[in-house]
Amino acid sequence: MSSPAREPWLQALDRRDATWWIDRVCRGGVFVGGMSAILFLTAIFLFIATQGLDFAWHRLSLGQLLTGQRWEPTVEPPEYGALPLIAGTAWITAVAMLVAVPLSFGAAIYIGEFARGRQREWLKILIELLAAIPSVVWGVIGLQVMKPVIQQLFDVQVGLNVLNAGIILGLMAAPIITTIAEDALKAVPDTYREAAEALGATRWQIVRKVVLPHARPGLSAAILLGIGRAFGETIAVLMASGHRLMIPDSIFDSAATITATIAAELGEAAVGSDHYQVLFVLGLLLFGITFAINLTADWIVRGRRGHG
Amino acid sequence: MVTGATTRSLVTVRGLSVRYGNHVALQGVDLDVNENEIFGVIGPANGGKTSFLRALNRMDDFVPHMRVDGEVTFAGRDVRTIRNLYALRRHIGVVFPLPVGLPLSIYDNVALSPRLSGTRKRAQLDEIVERCLRRAALWDEVKDRLDGLGSLLSGGQQQRLTIARALSQDPELLLLDEFSIAVDPVTTMRIEEVLKELRQELTIVLVTNLVQQARRLADRTAFFLDGRCVEIAATDALFGGGARDQRTVDYLEGRFG
Ligand SMILES: Nc1ncnc2c1ncn2[C@@H]1O[C@H](COP(=O)(O)OP(=O)(O)O)[C@@H](O)[C@H]1O
Ligand SMILES: [Mg+2]
Repeated sequence: MSSPAREPWLQALDRRDATWWIDRVCRGGVFVGGMSAILFLTAIFLFIATQGLDFAWHRLSLGQLLTGQRWEPTVEPPEYGALPLIAGTAWITAVAMLVAVPLSFGAAIYIGEFARGRQREWLKILIELLAAIPSVVWGVIGLQVMKPVIQQLFDVQVGLNVLNAGIILGLMAAPIITTIAEDALKAVPDTYREAAEALGATRWQIVRKVVLPHARPGLSAAILLGIGRAFGETIAVLMASGHRLMIPDSIFDSAATITATIAAELGEAAVGSDHYQVLFVLGLLLFGITFAINLTADWIVRGRRGHG
Repeated sequence: MVTGATTRSLVTVRGLSVRYGNHVALQGVDLDVNENEIFGVIGPANGGKTSFLRALNRMDDFVPHMRVDGEVTFAGRDVRTIRNLYALRRHIGVVFPLPVGLPLSIYDNVALSPRLSGTRKRAQLDEIVERCLRRAALWDEVKDRLDGLGSLLSGGQQQRLTIARALSQDPELLLLDEFSIAVDPVTTMRIEEVLKELRQELTIVLVTNLVQQARRLADRTAFFLDGRCVEIAATDALFGGGARDQRTVDYLEGRFG
């Protein structure tokens, strides 16, 4: 069992050649990229927190913030009840999802499972274009198009309301949901479709029984990311919702969202004032909710992968 | 068989165990693989055969929670202390159970490894591609469409492409993991002929689900069962009624597995 140690290829086992070093350097590079995300996230979080935390800590009761029904930061004495904003956000987001999910899933299933060739490519491009429309344009559509339509169709006084903002937001969130949902469908191996096809399953049966169940985690993630998108939207919702600082009773009431309130009021609040700080606390709240949504989306996708 | 008086071992394995999290896949394996032999590994599914191969070239990067303990040496070197892991893998060719034609042209599939290690000259690459495809008994079928996608070949062709690709690394050791699972019998026979010839130049560890394949090809054969190496013997002896362990006898006679 003598060791053939002098053969030249053996020495290569210990020689760190150029490719080894390139590997190292590139690993370092992508590591920095990955870490920078953490850096920015913490920096933004710290910025928001330091702006609002002092006030939140000493003079604001969290209970009052989360359950108080009056948002009157500028009258004396001020009231910081964010429930109308939270409720407005929840209503509008819910309506948005009722609009967006059927639309986007329909689009994703059509593009992924039925459309062929050219048509498919065109549809994808159009949907991506939809995502590129600036939000202020959506706001104008809410203001100028949706408002009279809603007033006439439902015979109501106020055309800027939860329904209007919800539809606008739903249309805005649809492209991202469609894109992610279509990715989830595409990730289902064709062998599954073929196996079902061979059993005589119709196209729709294949979609229902094989493709959708397999893609479920990805589809859930698509919805959650769509919610995140709807949640964070500001200007369009400010324009279409009527921005009324009260808890809405129906979809025909005007309402206000957290984001829109921050945008509308931050400019007029004196820097460092209580009002200014409480808006940052709202920002923190938003941050927390979006964070939770994204984490959940991630967890759903990952959980599935973990179980194969 | 033209093994001289000096059988040198290329791989030695001592007290090898492989774990996935808490699950023990392989334990207490001691064996040597000699230079220029075909070392057969047989045994029922989940016996740890694939894990054994993974431990040899340290292919644990993409397997979560995999832990290897014990000593494996390759050409006298402890694989754990090798400083350039990629260089180790370049000297060990691997053929997986399901053929993996990379989504590149046939030519690029075979030229990939030489390119990875720095060969750029077209003439040199041409030579390597032709030689390896010939040795894998695939040249005649693909010589007119080297630009076609490797992933579009038939299963049997893709498996021969995989072998050609492994040969393009100019390996000292070739690991085959149940290569014939997705390959038709005719192609299987052709590949077996190729392996017999390759024995002149390199060392082969042949994990196989076909007992008769080990009988046809292997110089020595090991029987793996439930994470243990039950028995190692010269193939002729093993199949000639020389198996010492009753479980080996049962398996060879097809009584379980
Ligand atoms: N990636 C893995 N993660 C967890 N367990 C594994 C993994 N690969 C193999 N195993 C387990 O290790 C044992 C040995 O598997 P394997 O080495 O693939 O055996 P064989 O190739 O003989 O079928 C089996 O019980 C198997 O379930
Ligand atoms: Mg295996």
